This record gives sequence, C-alpha cells and structure tokens, in this order.
Amino acid sequence: MRLAWSMMALCLWLGSPAMAEALRFDYLERQVTPPPVLSNMSALPEDLGLAGARLGLEDIATTGRFTGIDYRLEVTQVPPEAEFLPAARALLETGARVLIVNAPAADLLALADLPEAQDALIFNIAAPERDLRAEECRANMLHTVPSTAMRADALAQFALWKRWTDVALIAGSYPEDVEFADALRASVLKFGFEIKGEKTWAFDANMRRAASAEVPLFTQDLPDHDLLLVADERGDFARYIAYNTWEPRPLAGSEGVQPRGWSGVVEQHGAAQLQNRFRDLSGREMRATDYAGWAAIAALGEAATRSGAREAKGLRGYLLSGEFRLAGFLGTPLSFRAWNGQMRQPIPLVTERAVVALAPLEGFLHQNSELDTLGFDAPESPCTAFGETR
Amino acid sequence: MIRTLLLCTALSLPASADEIWVTNEMDDTVSVIDVTTLEVKATYPTGERPRGVTFSRDFKRLYICASDSDAVQVMDPDTGDILHELPSGEDPEQFVIAPDDRLLYIANEDDAITTVVDTETRKVVAQIDVGVEPEGMGISPDGTLQVTTSETTNMAHWIDTTTHKIVANSLVDSRPRHAEFSPDGQVLWVSSEIGGTVTVFDVETKAEVGKIRFEIPNIRAEKLQPVGMKFSPDATKVFVALGPANHIAVVDAQSYAVERYILVGRRVWHMAISPDQTKLFTTNGVSGDVTVIDLATLEPIKSIKVGRFPWGAAARPTP
Repeated sequence: MRLAWSMMALCLWLGSPAMAEALRFDYLERQVTPPPVLSNMSALPEDLGLAGARLGLEDIATTGRFTGIDYRLEVTQVPPEAEFLPAARALLETGARVLIVNAPAADLLALADLPEAQDALIFNIAAPERDLRAEECRANMLHTVPSTAMRADALAQFALWKRWTDVALIAGSYPEDVEFADALRASVLKFGFEIKGEKTWAFDANMRRAASAEVPLFTQDLPDHDLLLVADERGDFARYIAYNTWEPRPLAGSEGVQPRGWSGVVEQHGAAQLQNRFRDLSGREMRATDYAGWAAIAALGEAATRSGAREAKGLRGYLLSGEFRLAGFLGTPLSFRAWNGQMRQPIPLVTERAVVALAPLEGFLHQNSELDTLGFDAPESPCTAFGETR
Repeated sequence: MIRTLLLCTALSLPASADEIWVTNEMDDTVSVIDVTTLEVKATYPTGERPRGVTFSRDFKRLYICASDSDAVQVMDPDTGDILHELPSGEDPEQFVIAPDDRLLYIANEDDAITTVVDTETRKVVAQIDVGVEPEGMGISPDGTLQVTTSETTNMAHWIDTTTHKIVANSLVDSRPRHAEFSPDGQVLWVSSEIGGTVTVFDVETKAEVGKIRFEIPNIRAEKLQPVGMKFSPDATKVFVALGPANHIAVVDAQSYAVERYILVGRRVWHMAISPDQTKLFTTNGVSGDVTVIDLATLEPIKSIKVGRFPWGAAARPTP
C-alpha cells in the first residue's frame, strides 16, 4: 500500500500523463410528480440532486486533470409515466456500475436487488427512510442523504441542549410525515425525554385563509410545552402553524428550526466556497439532495485518487474502510458507517436565514465518533447485509 | 472620524516598539499589537473579510487580502491609510511575497487560479490554473519555486517562478491549507486540515519524506486539524496550529516527532514570531483573541483581545 502510494506520487510528479483513464459514473433519476401542497408558491427545482452531482463532477474533474483520470457523468432521467426498472436494467446493460440514484425507496430497492446490479455500487441521494439503513439495507447501496433518524436525533439533541424538553407534536398523515413523527418519538426517547402531547393534522380547508382562525383552537388543548414539533415533510401545512398557535412557542421539525442534510444558509468551514460554486452553476441555493449528490461524487473522486481503484468493488472497499475521509465543508471529516453504508455527517439545524446549531452538539459523547450519536449506531443496527465489513 | 481617532491613539503612544499585525476577518479591521506592552495599540479599517496579511520585505508596506472586496490592499503601516489596491483576481485568501520584494503570488479561492502581481507596476504578470480552492502559498527562499495548495483538489502545485508553469503536482491528504518552506529551502511542509496530517517533501526530488500525525488525550482525532505553520527562529522546530483542537503542536524539524502541545484560544489559525524572536503570537478565530507564547519556555503567557475572528498575522520590527 505504502509502495503503491509512493509510486503514484512519483507518477504525478513526472508530469501530466498524456493518456487519461476514463472513469464513468451514472446519475439515475426517477422523476416523480410532486404531490399537491396548500401553498402555490413553492416548486421543487427541476435539477434537484442533479445540479449537486454536476458540481461534484466539476470539482473532481479538476483533480482528475492533474491525476490523469477523466471522470464522466452519464445522466438518465426516467419520466413519471415511464417504468423505472426496465430503464435501470437497460442502463446496467450499457456497463453502468457506479450509480448515483435519485429515486424513492421502493425503486431503489428494486434496482439494488436486480441480479445484474449485484456488482454495482449505488448511492442513495434522496430517500431518507429508516428501513433502507436497517432491515432493508443492501450491501451494494450507500447513503449520502441522512436518514430521518439522524435528522430527528439532531433535533432531539438541540431540544435537550436548550432544555426545551417539554415538547408537543403535530404530525401530518402522509407516509413521510408518519415516518418523521416515528423518528421524532424514537429520538426523544433515546435522549431521555418524552412528547407530552400529540395531534394529527387533518384539515382539508384552505389554510391560507383560515389559519388564524383554526390553528389557535387546534393547538389550544395541547399540554404545556416549550417547543412545538411539526412533522410535515412535504411542506404542506406547517408553514401556517407558525405565529398562529394558542401559546407563543417556537416550532421545530419540518418548519421553524429544521434539521437538514444541507441548506443554502450553511456558510462556516469553507462552505461559502461550495455554495458560491453551486450558485454559479445552477442559479439557485443548494439543497440537501444536491449536497448528497455532490458528496457521492466527491467521495468517489477521493476514493479513486487515494486507493487507485477504478471499479465498483474496489471503490466500495475503500469508502467503507477506516482510511476514507471526505472534506465536506461541515467542520469534521465525513466517512461511511461500515455496518449499514450510511455516510456519517453533521446535521445543520437551520432557519430560512441562519444556522441555529450544528449537530452533534457539544457534550453528546461517543466512544468512537460523535457523529455516531446521530442515527443507527453499530450495536443497535438491524442491518446484516454489511456483515463482512463489520 | 474614527480613523482619525485611531490614528491619534497610535501617534500619541510614546516610544515605538516591535509590532504584530492581525487581520480580523469579521470586523474588517487590522489590530496592531505592541510586542513590549502586549496591548493593542491601534486598529485600522480594511476592506471586507481581511485574511492573509504580509509585509513587504522592507516593512514599508502591508499587503492585506480583503477576500470579499476581491482586492489586495496596500496599507502604509505608519499611518494605517490604504494607499491603493492591487489587481488580485476574485476572492484572494492567502498570498506570498517573492524574495525580490516585487512579485506577489495570490491564491484566488473562488477561481482555481494563482495570480502573480507586480507590486510596482500594479499589473497582473501571470495567472496559473491550479486545483479547486487554492489557499496555501509558499515560496522557496531563493525564489525559484512557488507552491500553491488547493483545498478541494488536495494537491501541492509546484510552480516555476521563471516560466510561471506548474512543474509538479504532489497529492497530499484532504484539504491542504498551508505550505511552508524551511529557511534553508531543503524541505516543504504542507498541512492538511481534514486529513489531520502534515506532509513533508524534499524540494529537490519533490518526494514525500515524512508524514506527521497528531494526538492529544481527550481530543477527538477529527478535531486535530492542522492549518498554519511557522518555523522557529533557529529552524529546529515547527509550530503547527491545530484549528478547533485549540492547541499548537511543537514538531522537531529533523525527526518530525511532536514534542509537545501548547493550549491556546479557540480555533487557532495562523502565527507570527516577534522580531526579537522571543515570542510566538497565535490568532484564535472563535475566541477573538491572540495567545502570546514565550519561546524560551513554550508556555502561553497572555491572551490579548483583538477584533472578531482574527485570522492572519505578520510581524514588523521597530520602525
């Protein structure tokens, strides 16, 4: 290993290699028709995720110029009405083996389970579901997007740190709301406090007109609380809760203080440079899915440069090894959990305008890495597919 | 008005003494520390987000990277007046002045470029494509080699100062922040913030000859993030600032063994040594102060409050 490294360094020094090696990555997106929300004012960017992957490629391409690796990114977008699996299969047939995938959990699993994908390396950049990191984990799938559990743990740490431990919860009834609410309950339990009262959001009225009349009544019978948690992952109703509650209380969760994989307001630790590059490229703010796409490509570039590996198996081995460290502009090196393939990452707690805190918060200790106070830690992990690397 | 006041404060001080100049990244100012009294004796306004700072070799000019003003400012250190700006390219973060006291090599963090500016004609002499987010800037004592490190490409780029072409690229660990040649020009030290290491290269062969790792009890490995580096006056030791670990490592320049760790303020960035070579000054970004270390005992002796987020430091002997 040591020898290989010195030889590589020597080659670099001998000048830019005339022949660049090509290394292909594939961006595969399952396009989804966005669900309707109460407000008409917010639309998801069409290049969500892809713009992040493109920036990642630009960043590593510069390194590749010096190291003699010619990185390529092939883009395949499957429209909402088309079938996902045949498209994915066709892509694998063309030789795609390292895939950055922006797709719902069910499609991801179907892809990972294809016989022809068994020697592939899949990066999940969009699906936050717990199960993908737990019972339904797959050895050929890594996750650069934080799980719902990691985000909920970040918020629970924040509440505890602020001593706002009397919390109440309003949850929507869409599957992602239920998932996030479950995660919040588990996190609050994990950090030793409890949710004092809960309500399910079940209005179908037009809250843009009725919020100031309905929300005070709706929140009046909640028990005393310091912080009101909201689980509204689609951004449907929670925006109408703020400032309309019976008691004046701060919001957190899907609105108010939000635990996110990334946000346009993150600027410390050199992040301003990444944000500037992203804005120049896409003309908008970088979101969590973009960051996950960027991180997947940046991690691959780092692995290819350091390990010399050029195919999925070798890249995966290096990424899951203790040697891998990614500079991710969050103040601490990022790496992958060898027990379920989840990227270890700090979680910024943000408002629209600023970072309120960065989890793990100071004082939440761990015997190996404080980042492992967020999400499934090795001893509690129900994932068995990564057995050989554990 | 404020500037006049500050100026008066500066002028009203009796005897002049050696000084340490510190850039305050979040205050858009430089603080001037009197090395004898260890007090701030003047504060001057600068452009936005001042970071890298260095004196001309005759100490008649202070160069300041005003990153968010996209300018390198030239200040008269006797008056604190900004004399003019140099064309710097976008987002200058660090720079290094050539031994001839004329050419300034500037890292343009947002543009992946090293800009070479002639400080006399105030013209750009060359622009060299380097890796993403160039930052660390070193120059060999004989002025023949300039090294730019790029944070996201993770390389030290060796630039021939005659041709202004890259002659070699050396891979280092993640996020290299600083490059420092030994005073004899034999070796180059490069710190890697996220990699947590310092790599030492032989300048002649460009081969890696050493790698330094750090370890402090009760501080997490990932918090040990080496940034600024400074050779001791006798060149037997190298001081390495460990960022959020809030310590300076003292490394033997021959054996590369870490001899000790000195506790300083929070988020330590860069350092300067007093012209009489008895004290080391460290800029502590988060705590907003400067730690003074006695070089004879290697003990911290004082913290001096400066502006918000002190970053760069440069020393000036008694004018």
